[in-house]
Amino acid sequence: MPSPLHVMIDDQRAKSGIFYTNQKGHVPPLVTTDFVVQDQGNVSPRFMRSTMYNIPVNADMMKQMSVPFGLVVCPMAEVFEGEQLPPVVDLGEMGPIRCIRCKAYMCPNMQFIDGGRRFHCLLCKATTEVPSEYFQHLDHTGQRVDRFERPELVLGAYEFVATKEYCRDNTFPKPPALIFLIDVSYNNIKSGLVSLICSQMKNFLQHLPKEQGQAKSPMKVGFITYNSVVHFYNVNPNLGQPQMLVVGDTQEMFMPLLEGFLVDPVESETVIDTLMHQIPSMFAETRETETILSPAIQAGLEALKASGCAGKLLVFHSSLPSAEAPGKLKNRDDRKVLGTEKEKTVLAPQNTVYNMLGQDCVAVGCSVDLFVFNNSYIDLATIGQVSRLTGGEIYKYTYFQADYDGERLVSDVESNISRLCAFEAIMRVRTSTGIRPTDFYGHFFMSNTTDIEFASIDPDKAVAIEIKHDDKLSEEEGVYLQAALLYTSISGVRKIRVLNLALKSSSQMVDLYRTCELDTIINFFSKQAIFRLLETPPKTVKESLIARSAQILACYRKNCASPTSAGQLILPECMKLLPLYINCLLKSDAISGGSDMTVDDRWFTMAAVTMMDVPSSVVYFYPRLLALHDMEGDVPSHTRCSSEKMVDNGVYLLENGIYMFLWLGLSVAPEWVMSVFGVPSVSQVDVEKNKLPVLDNPLSEKIRGAISTICESHHRSMRLTIVRQRDKMELVMKHFLVEDRGMDGSSSYVDFLCHMHKEIRSILS
Amino acid sequence: MTTYEEFIQQNEDRDGIRCTWNVWPSSRLEALRLVVPVGCLYQPLKERADLPPIQYDPVQCTRNTCRAVLNPMCQVDYRAKLWYAAISEQHQPAELIPSFSTIEYTIVRAQSLPPIFLMVVDTCMDDDELGALRDSLQTSLSLLPSNALVGLITFGRMVQVHELGCEGLSRSYVFRGTKDLTAKQVQDMLGIGKPTTSGSGGNQQMAGGLPANRFIQPVQNCDMNLTDLLSEVQKDPWPVSQGKRALRCTGVAMSIAVGLLECCYPNTGARIMMFIGGPCSQGPGLVVNDDLREPIRSHHDIQKDNARYIKKATKYYEALAIRAATNGHCIDIYSCALDQNGLHEMKQCCNSTGGHMVMGDSFNSSLFKQTFQRVMARDHRGDFKMAFNGVLEVKTSRELKVMGAIGPCVSLNAKSPCISDTDIGLGGTCQWKMCTFTPNTTLAFFFEVVNQHAAPIPQGGRGCIQFITQYQHASGQRRIRVTTVARNWADTTTNVHHVSAGFDQEAGAVLMARMVVHRAESDDGPDVMRWTDRMLIRLCQKFGDYAKDDPNSFRLPENFSLYPQFMYHLRRSQFLQVFNNSPDETSYYRHALMREDLTQSLIMIQPILYSYSFNGPPEPVLLDTSSIQPDRILLLDTFFQILIFHGETIVQWKAQRYQDMPEYENFKQLLQAPIDDAQEILHTRFPMPRYIVTEQGGSQARFLLSKVNPSQTHNNMYVYGGGESGAPVLTDDVSLQVFMEHLKKLAVSSA
Repeated sequence: MPSPLHVMIDDQRAKSGIFYTNQKGHVPPLVTTDFVVQDQGNVSPRFMRSTMYNIPVNADMMKQMSVPFGLVVCPMAEVFEGEQLPPVVDLGEMGPIRCIRCKAYMCPNMQFIDGGRRFHCLLCKATTEVPSEYFQHLDHTGQRVDRFERPELVLGAYEFVATKEYCRDNTFPKPPALIFLIDVSYNNIKSGLVSLICSQMKNFLQHLPKEQGQAKSPMKVGFITYNSVVHFYNVNPNLGQPQMLVVGDTQEMFMPLLEGFLVDPVESETVIDTLMHQIPSMFAETRETETILSPAIQAGLEALKASGCAGKLLVFHSSLPSAEAPGKLKNRDDRKVLGTEKEKTVLAPQNTVYNMLGQDCVAVGCSVDLFVFNNSYIDLATIGQVSRLTGGEIYKYTYFQADYDGERLVSDVESNISRLCAFEAIMRVRTSTGIRPTDFYGHFFMSNTTDIEFASIDPDKAVAIEIKHDDKLSEEEGVYLQAALLYTSISGVRKIRVLNLALKSSSQMVDLYRTCELDTIINFFSKQAIFRLLETPPKTVKESLIARSAQILACYRKNCASPTSAGQLILPECMKLLPLYINCLLKSDAISGGSDMTVDDRWFTMAAVTMMDVPSSVVYFYPRLLALHDMEGDVPSHTRCSSEKMVDNGVYLLENGIYMFLWLGLSVAPEWVMSVFGVPSVSQVDVEKNKLPVLDNPLSEKIRGAISTICESHHRSMRLTIVRQRDKMELVMKHFLVEDRGMDGSSSYVDFLCHMHKEIRSILS
Repeated sequence: MTTYEEFIQQNEDRDGIRCTWNVWPSSRLEALRLVVPVGCLYQPLKERADLPPIQYDPVQCTRNTCRAVLNPMCQVDYRAKLWYAAISEQHQPAELIPSFSTIEYTIVRAQSLPPIFLMVVDTCMDDDELGALRDSLQTSLSLLPSNALVGLITFGRMVQVHELGCEGLSRSYVFRGTKDLTAKQVQDMLGIGKPTTSGSGGNQQMAGGLPANRFIQPVQNCDMNLTDLLSEVQKDPWPVSQGKRALRCTGVAMSIAVGLLECCYPNTGARIMMFIGGPCSQGPGLVVNDDLREPIRSHHDIQKDNARYIKKATKYYEALAIRAATNGHCIDIYSCALDQNGLHEMKQCCNSTGGHMVMGDSFNSSLFKQTFQRVMARDHRGDFKMAFNGVLEVKTSRELKVMGAIGPCVSLNAKSPCISDTDIGLGGTCQWKMCTFTPNTTLAFFFEVVNQHAAPIPQGGRGCIQFITQYQHASGQRRIRVTTVARNWADTTTNVHHVSAGFDQEAGAVLMARMVVHRAESDDGPDVMRWTDRMLIRLCQKFGDYAKDDPNSFRLPENFSLYPQFMYHLRRSQFLQVFNNSPDETSYYRHALMREDLTQSLIMIQPILYSYSFNGPPEPVLLDTSSIQPDRILLLDTFFQILIFHGETIVQWKAQRYQDMPEYENFKQLLQAPIDDAQEILHTRFPMPRYIVTEQGGSQARFLLSKVNPSQTHNNMYVYGGGESGAPVLTDDVSLQVFMEHLKKLAVSSA
């Protein structure tokens, strides 16, 4: 039975260090491997990964092989230490050089001909005149002599500064703004949320993002509170005290003020301080339980529209919007239908208000991040649409209590705010002839079949794109891909980020199976499956996933493996974990979450998966199980996700990016418990706590250090649940031990492997 | 026996009443033949220092259909009804003493309510204007009684209703300027009537069960806060692009003000004070759109049906006026701008509710500042000279029926047996509402004689009319003022001179002016003019003394002699001639005529001209070109303007600075005299008139030249041969002399 840990360790051994991107179709290291990318003409795998790096020459082979050809693009991904951010190329008035026909941007894959007077586009094969300002002589190898001075001629990733033609209304944009929208109804007051946000506002504002070399963030901020009406605040620095403007017209929201809403947080510091002092006391006695949501978001949208800038809304919302206003929702909570054919009825939005709102938001470059503090059903499936369409993020804190969950929220807001996002972005993927992008999965809006629009996209979001053949490919030429993201940076500079990737093409099955990237395939499959769940019964989706995996493996067996007995299961090297990972996929909450979870939780995880990049999806589907009692230096040892691997005297940390459990075996050494929890025995550990006590000893520091390292690796903080062996909560945790047979009857790794084997055999025979 | 003049004066002083006829004809037909209807001008709040304080309820007639109040005429026992109150010589109640035909009761058990002032301020003005307005408003706060309730609404592109008394931050509720809202919606959006969501304000009940709201507060509680708020009122921040008007939502702002008071203080005296610096340019009530290429409508546009917003806007404001009036709230409009602001469309808001309409060029002018201060004027007891939420009821003895009223009021559609089937003005009711009125406010009433020609009222009897005005006094007290008048009946077929001798030509002229202007509001200009002429001719035919077809024989009795002249000036006045006036000006002038008392109305109809010379004390002179002499200074009072005019020689003397020379002290005094007299008028008049000092040939002299009788024009100046008899006026208008000649000719004509 192939072990994922072995695969990771092997890859780490073989591929860690520097990864040069100079080769066409070179498979990058696994995301779990430590590597440093050296951009030599192809994009870093942090920005873009392909499911396969060797593309079948025709659609028939594609079909036979059944491996999807997809890209997972994370255009704003953060680079690692030692790696370079895409350099910025400013060609001034001339603007970026583009192919005359397919409009691809100048890249290393363009060939200069005619002594440098024209260039030949490898994507569409057209020839374009070189503008005289851009002309340069070619050297004896036919390369431009200035190529090493020009990133766009040698790198896989770089940015062009856009000219006015690339901007809305042909005018350069303003820096985007950040608007806090705080629900001040009863629930949020009572949970202490409003007080917490207000008291932390100063801190939050210090986390506003800065670009390299900036002393101060260029972003402006604004504040709105709402319950059944919307309150705007004028925090003009010249005012003695803030002004509150109440808009009760929820049917037709509008912006009631012009100046003083969006302000520089430093200039208006005192007024904002006063306001943050006022808000909690002003609403302290509120009895308002009915809230609105759509008009509040509309308010933020109108504010951005009036100021003529893009931006982001951070919405801190408490409950199902039930007040009489647009976007009023009815409670249709019915978790029993989850996992059944009828689950679509609760997973699809109940009306289109939030979808339309989302589209309106995209049109002005307003993205919506929802922070949800629900104590009951809130219908994320409907309200979440606005975040989905605008490239926003969703955070969920069920049964939030400020003193208990406050830290988690604060760290989430801090990291959310500090991210370097792209605003008002449009991405298009261009390909060489013979293939074209057909399907797109992720959080964005598309008004046509080619352009992916994001009101904003942050470093943690990825989009999966399926590419299909529409013609034969030639083995010599290979495949060229170029993703271009036109966006407004936080400083208000309009730029185009260009990501180039060259792949090989082949007619040899052996070659094809050698260069598949399983993690990306699983990421791709998961997103595709979630989209299908909204149209097809879950059973069909799952069965087709199994069938497709069987087909992939059967095709390998048939075409590549040396003939052996039919009873033997032969797996391609790079896909030997496919059965395990497919099983994990099928067991995951996102795909088969049933009535043991709430409808909101189910939709939340589905949304989370839809926007995951590859490093996150790897951990999500095969959670990390770390033995804290067995640490090599500061690093806990990685354990397979199976209860069989867990020992009674062990302490394990299990996390998948959404949940985090600390499991305490009943026979853990008392010294360990003493050092980490400050109590003499496991039975005395307070499992209600959601963090470890701060104790002054090396072990405690080490354990807490390890946990915080894990937390930092995710953009969303997780609630730590302490689980004692044989406690009730253990059942919940065991659900994530994905190699085991699940409580709901889902197969264990072994069972599934056998099942898969059977399927393969039936295909082959 | 006193003269009729003395009788009329005495009646006016005592009861605030002027009847067109002081002896009434005994049948309907006879009344019709009098041409000028039987009617009166009544000042319900006529200032009387000598009224006794009566603290009990009025005694009413027990008959359900009557319910008249006990009064001096009751001794007549004209309805053969018994007043249970025996007329005991020792304890005769005041209301039975003949000199108290007007009496005022204070209903002590009624709840006393402070007046409410809701300021609605336009912010689409430049900083100077807004600054001046802000100063005036801040000053006005100190003029209000400390228990008065105040509120503030500002508007521009949007409407902001300000919450008063917030600490730590200021709070306002904002409404879109393009959307009309019902009172219920306004209430919901302001969160009135449901538990307050915020800490401040609370939801305690006001005395009297009205829900407390955070928008209208006693001035003593929010004085500082409101002063601060006002000082923070800024020019509307929304950009106005080149070639555009500022977007101003006067209509919605007014609607919200009306809605706010409607749900918080129904049937309680309140003033909505609108301060506007331009026309409504968006939303309901739109008067002109925001494109500067399109000028605001003129009379010409209205006649040619080219004013595309006018109907809708007028309808909108009329509906608002009715809503406000129904709740007893008045709307004042202070409109200051060089161009029109849409008073024409909004006029009903003031006219129906009794609110003030003030038109000026700038909030920074003394015209506005003084006028606004005068609104807050107080009487000798320290109470505001304004009454609120009044209901005036007319009761008549059975020979009379009321046809209607013309004045700053609305009909309450109250039925009673004393209502005529024929309407003049607002008819079909015996009750009218006056949301606010001042001592000067005068209503015109019209009466019909019931008896048919065949069965006239027997001689010797008297007809009675009783006016019962219930109102909220400025002090908050509920008061009832009762005026009862009686006049003798006379049979005109036999005693026409009895009736004609009782004609009050001044009252007749003013009453006719109100009727004419009332007609002009709805009818076509020429038709109205023809009607006016016809009425005048008929009156002359009826009461003139002449031989048929001999114009030279025509004579009018003395108490009719000025009437044709009044009509001549009325025909030429800005009330009927719209030429050279904007629709806003016309509305403004008519507004004043419809509410002022007789004296002021006469000044409006026929301005007064005084002449100052070395030859003697100042004297009133003919309103005629002949009065314009080089060595005279003229003082013209048209009610709306006070004009000092220096004759040619005076101008020359002034240029040579004689007034600065000690030996010409008398010239200095001559110059000063009209100024002093003008000041006196300026100090008392409401609204404050425009003050003009001009001279022969000066451009502003047009105000004088347009008023004087053009006996000398460029057409006939050589006939009279010379300039010394006055200054000719360049006009084709007929002079009074020509007018009279025609009138005589038509009156005596047998055809």
